[in-house]
Formats: sequence, C-alpha cells, structure tokens
Amino acid sequence: MNDNVIKNTVSVLVDNEPGVLARVIGLISGRGYNIDSLTVAEVDAEKHISRITIVTPGSEETVNKLISQLEKLVPVSRAANVTFEKKGIEREMALVKILATGEKRVESMRLSEVFRAKIIDTTHDSFVFELNGSPHKIDAFINLMKPLGLSEVSRTGVVAIARGTEKM
Amino acid sequence: MVNIQLSGAEMVLKAFEDHGVDTIFGYPGGAVLPIYDELAKRTTSKDNKPMRHFLVRHEQGASHAAEGYARSSGKVGVLLVTSGPGVTNAVTGLTDALMDSIPLVCISGQVPSHLIGTDAFQECDTVGITRPCTKHNWLVKDINDLSRILHEAFYVASNGRPGPVLVDIPKDIQFQIGTYIGPETVKHKSYRPKLKASIDTIDDALQLISSAEKPVFYTGGGVINSGNAAVQLLREFVRLTGFPITSTLQGLGSFPGDDNQFIGMLGMHGTYEANMTMNQCDLMINIGARFDDRITGKVDEFSPNSKKIHIDIDPSSINKTVNVDVPIIGDVAHVLEDAIKLWKTKVYKTNKAEIKNWWSTIDQWRKKDSLKFDQGKKTIKPQYAIQRLYELTKDQDTFVTTEVGQHQMWAAQHYKFSKPNRWITSGGLGTMGFGFPAALGVQVAYPEKLVIDIAGEASILMCIQEMSTAIQHKLPVKIFIINNQYMGMVRQWQELLHDKRYSHSYTDSLPDFVKLAEAYGAKGIRVEDPKDLDKSIKEMIDYDGPVIFDCVVDQNENVFPMIPSGKSHSEMLLGDETEKSEISDEGKVLV
Repeated sequence: MNDNVIKNTVSVLVDNEPGVLARVIGLISGRGYNIDSLTVAEVDAEKHISRITIVTPGSEETVNKLISQLEKLVPVSRAANVTFEKKGIEREMALVKILATGEKRVESMRLSEVFRAKIIDTTHDSFVFELNGSPHKIDAFINLMKPLGLSEVSRTGVVAIARGTEKM
Repeated sequence: MVNIQLSGAEMVLKAFEDHGVDTIFGYPGGAVLPIYDELAKRTTSKDNKPMRHFLVRHEQGASHAAEGYARSSGKVGVLLVTSGPGVTNAVTGLTDALMDSIPLVCISGQVPSHLIGTDAFQECDTVGITRPCTKHNWLVKDINDLSRILHEAFYVASNGRPGPVLVDIPKDIQFQIGTYIGPETVKHKSYRPKLKASIDTIDDALQLISSAEKPVFYTGGGVINSGNAAVQLLREFVRLTGFPITSTLQGLGSFPGDDNQFIGMLGMHGTYEANMTMNQCDLMINIGARFDDRITGKVDEFSPNSKKIHIDIDPSSINKTVNVDVPIIGDVAHVLEDAIKLWKTKVYKTNKAEIKNWWSTIDQWRKKDSLKFDQGKKTIKPQYAIQRLYELTKDQDTFVTTEVGQHQMWAAQHYKFSKPNRWITSGGLGTMGFGFPAALGVQVAYPEKLVIDIAGEASILMCIQEMSTAIQHKLPVKIFIINNQYMGMVRQWQELLHDKRYSHSYTDSLPDFVKLAEAYGAKGIRVEDPKDLDKSIKEMIDYDGPVIFDCVVDQNENVFPMIPSGKSHSEMLLGDETEKSEISDEGKVLV
C-alpha cells in the first residue's frame, strides 16, 4: 500500500435508475477498493438524479483512477474527489443511545451540551442524542460517551459538498 | 415516425430492423418463446424483412459467434438466449467482448415479472450476474420502456468505447402490448462519449513528434474499433512521419504486416525489435491501446526514457497503469484527422537525420531474426505450419480466428495481415473455445470468404459442438489444429517456472479428429509429414464445406521470444537462450 493513504470523500452524480447503486459499489469492490461509508439519496426529483457519497481509503492517485472508472459507468454523469482536506465540507449525523443513571447520566447530558447535541428521546434510564458535525466530532463524542453507558450508535455516513462557487 | 402498438416480442424484432440487424445468433428456451415465435412468423410472412437466425449448440457459441460477426464486420453482434442457464452460458462471451471492447447486444428472456425473486424454474439474477461483464444492462419492468431501452442498448453498445450490453425481458412483457417509439426520438439521458480532442493537446503531441529522435507508434484494437477511416488515417500518418510502428495483438492488420515500417507485434511474445524499440524509444505514440500487462512487462522498467502520448476514447484508460505526458481523449479517427490537418497546416517536419539513425539501430535488432525456427525434415514445426498456411492463403482475402495458447501466438507472429478486421482473437480474456464459434460468426458476415480458425487440440474441444451449427447452416469454416497433444502454453510455463512438472497439461484420450469431422458430416484431414503439408492445406482450402485439419506438430516447441513474468522488455528470452531464464518468486506469482 502507498504511504499517502488518506480517507477520500468521493461524490458521484448518477441517474436514479434501478440497480445504479449496485453498479457503483460493485465496481468499487470489483476493482479492489474499500468503502468506509456510503450515503445515497435523490437530489433532483425532476431529473431523477441521485448523489452518492463514498468515503474510501487510498492515495490521491488510486482514488483518481477510481473516479475515472466510476465516470465510465453509463448512468454516472460525474464523479469528483471532495475530500475535506482539499476543498470539501463534510457533515454526518449520528443518533447515540446512552443507558445511564445518576452521575453518569448528568455527565452525559453536560457533555452533549458541549457538543450541541440534541436530546430527542429520554426515559429515566436512557437518552437518545442527535448530533451533527464532521465525522471527527462524532467520533470524539462517541468516545467520550463510552464510559458513560454508550449503548447503541447509528450514523448516516458522510455527505459532502465543495466549498465556494465550485459546482459538480 | 408514428408510434405503433406492438407486443414486446414484436418490439424486439422491430428494434432489430430499425438498427439494421438482419442476423442473430441464439438458442431458444421457455423464457424467450414469444420472441422465437415472432421469428417463425417472420419467415412465413412476406411483409417483413428476413431475419437470419443461426441456431448454435451452446449459448457460449452464440456469444462468440456474435463477437466474430461484430469483430469482422464492424457491426453490432446480436444474440438471443433464454433465462437461467441460457444466459449464464453466454457470460463468457459477454466478458470476452467487454475485455476486447466488442459491441454486442444480448437479449435474454426472464421468468415472468410476478415470479422474479421466487427462485422460479430457470430463474437467475441475470442483471446481477452480468452487471460486471457488460458495459451496461437493463431489466425491463414496463412494456412502455422496452423500445426506449432497446434503442439505448444499441446506442451504448456501439458508441464510445464499444462493449456488450444485455436487455433482460420477462416473459409477460414479451406478450404485453405497448407503444413502440422509433430510434430517432430516443436520446440517452446522460451518456455522451467525447469524440474530438482539443486541438491544443493535439498540437502538444505534434510538437513532441516533430522533435523526436527515437519515436515509435504503438497501436492497438482501438484503431480497428474506430473503423476503416481510422485505419486509413493511421497509415497516412505513419507514412508521413516515417516512424516505426508496432502493434498489440488486437491491433494487427491496422498497418500492413509485411510493410517495412512495421516492426512486428510487441509484448510478451512480440518481436525482439519491437520490444527493444519500445524499451529504448524517446517518444511513444500510443494510439488506441491500453498498456496491458502483456505489453508492458515489468511496469517500473517499461520504456523508462520516453515521453508518452496516449490517444484513447476511454478516459479511464489514461494513467491507469502507465502515466503519460500527453493524454488525448477522443476517437482515433477524429484525432488523427485533426492531427494530420494540423501537421500539414503548421508544416511540421520530423527530425530526418536522427530518424535515419534510429532505423539503423532497429535494423540491427531486426537482424536477430527473433521469430526464426529450424524446420528440419522429420516433424512439422508449428511455426512452419502457420507460415505455409499464410503463404498459401495470402493471395485471397482470408479471415483468421484463433483459440488461446501457443498456436494463437504463433499465428500472431507468423501470419501477416494486410487489412483490419481479418484477425479475430480473444486477447483480454484469453478464452479457449473462442475461435471456432467466432469463425462461424465471421463466415456468416462474409459467406464467400475463406475463414480459418487456427486452433490447438485442447482449445478446439471446448466448443467443438458448434460443428453441428456449421453443418446445419452450411458455413464452410476451416479448423486448422496445431496438435502437439499438450495445452502448450500451460506446458511452456510449467517448463520455465515449475521445473518441468507437467501437471495435467497433457491432453490424453484425444479424439480421432478425422473421424470426429466425419461424424458431423465435415471433412477431416490429418498431416504428420512436413512434405505433405502444402498439398493438404490446398486440399483444405479447396473443399467446399467445413474441414477439421489435424496438423500433428513437434511437441517440444515453445513460443519465443518471450518476456518472462516480472521482467522488462530488455530481458527477453530468445529461442536459443532459454537456459539463462531465472524467474524470481515475484515473477512466478504473475500470470
């Protein structure tokens, strides 16, 4: 493996037709790449265009090769590297369930305020926090919650977009 | 065009007609019966244009025959297969076509819509199975999508970098009635391959070409895929510059094989002069080739001192394995047309003095005569058999297909092609069993021409059942078997890499090929003595019908020159120096 392996965020615009996601992820695994996270949703309901965001580890060079392979797929109209370190903005959402009482419960609530997490469900023994932010921020929150009764995590995976006037 | 109401099965045939298809290869089955029924109606009705259907004996045969048809005629090859095993049998041919960029449209039947996903009889996830081995595929879910999908299928198969596509049609949709829209009103939503390259990039390339001292053209199947105009423009450009030209396996025939500027095929079994030229050049002009591993050898040591120009219609081919200096994305014919125009208007000149020196270096390499062999009197050398076949067929417009292995490499080395589309071989996938059904497809496209499948005795047995197809459809294909009783290329590698442990590469219990031919109603010829060879080849050519020619050859002959795995172009083995081959462990893991 190359030394310059980083987490790359790749955005792919596709025609929203049956099997298009299978095509994209099949190509990625078929050519020996890995997927750390994946998000998909239609972004243009009239033209039926979906946007797929994939986080994949690799050097810039290998990811550029992946991008040109993705662009070769017939229903893919555009693929681009929008990695945070370069020019992209990345956000993720997580739902985090804590089972705790007493001191730990209070501490988890205090920390959630620091992270500007929302409490969206609560019982006497549990919280569900909703947290938005960069993947790093969510990682940090989850790590802090581990000793405080972390029970379950659900994450959306990264969505990303380029900064400034640049358009895909 | 007026929109008309048709059944799904009628739409399939109507779309074929609208795309100029008059020939299909196929095999019927439960899930395609409605389409076969339409075929039957066509042959009895006078209103419709005839649709020739060639019944194969195995769906792999249909896919290779469609490839042979497409590779020789430049048209889209069409095959029709049923669900389940019908389509899984066709997968090898689809993959073969994808690897070599051959336009195919495969229509497969599927179980009726309401049974999809229930593990019904002869159901399989066809679009799932064929997704990675087609350029694109579709499962038709609504009769009113069918005509659009069929038109898109032909468009995608033949535009950009060509490739196979598949349309999976459930049986209920074949019966339903819907609106058929004509091809002229259908435009694919997003797929628009770029044909013309920017003039500035072409000019960058021409500047390199005009100042090059040790240039070489390295051309591939993309030239042939681009069409006859591309071939003519390539010839003009190569003659204009006076540079040496080498070709990949797939590109043979785009430049005349007997021309002095042609320095032979390059790569693992390429000529000494071609590989040395690639190794030592200062400018490489890659036209429609893809730096395949058979070509580059060890990538780190591939042509270390050259600037590289790469013309390719597929952007993902650029910098995939070898980084280039001037990437030109576009169709070969379009790019060469612009390049020649610009060369003339800007009055570019080549560096004549240096090119002359370069040629004298190349001529020194040529003197090695790296394809030489010693015929002797006793047994037929395989190279000699192909040389004689070439000499005795070169005066007529002959089409040659091959299977895969030693015979394929000897054919590429010793049969010289003067025209494109005459050499039909499975390069990327390397499919044993390809050559014979492919030859049938060629013969269908050119009923009056001589079509020869140069085969090995192991490969030919992989699709021998198609002899029945040849007889039924009166396709007088000649099978020229280079019979050394070994899977020769496997044996060659075992000899070089595995201390001559010939594990399962001897083909025991071979059939008597003469009797086998006769059993099908074809002609069989066996030759063992070198002095009978010419007479027997003539007999084969003159016979009006399919022939199996069993040419018994020297069992010990290997294909040379050879760049062993993991080695660079400058470390080629020539026939007389095999002793010094030391292949590293790293090289052994390569294929």
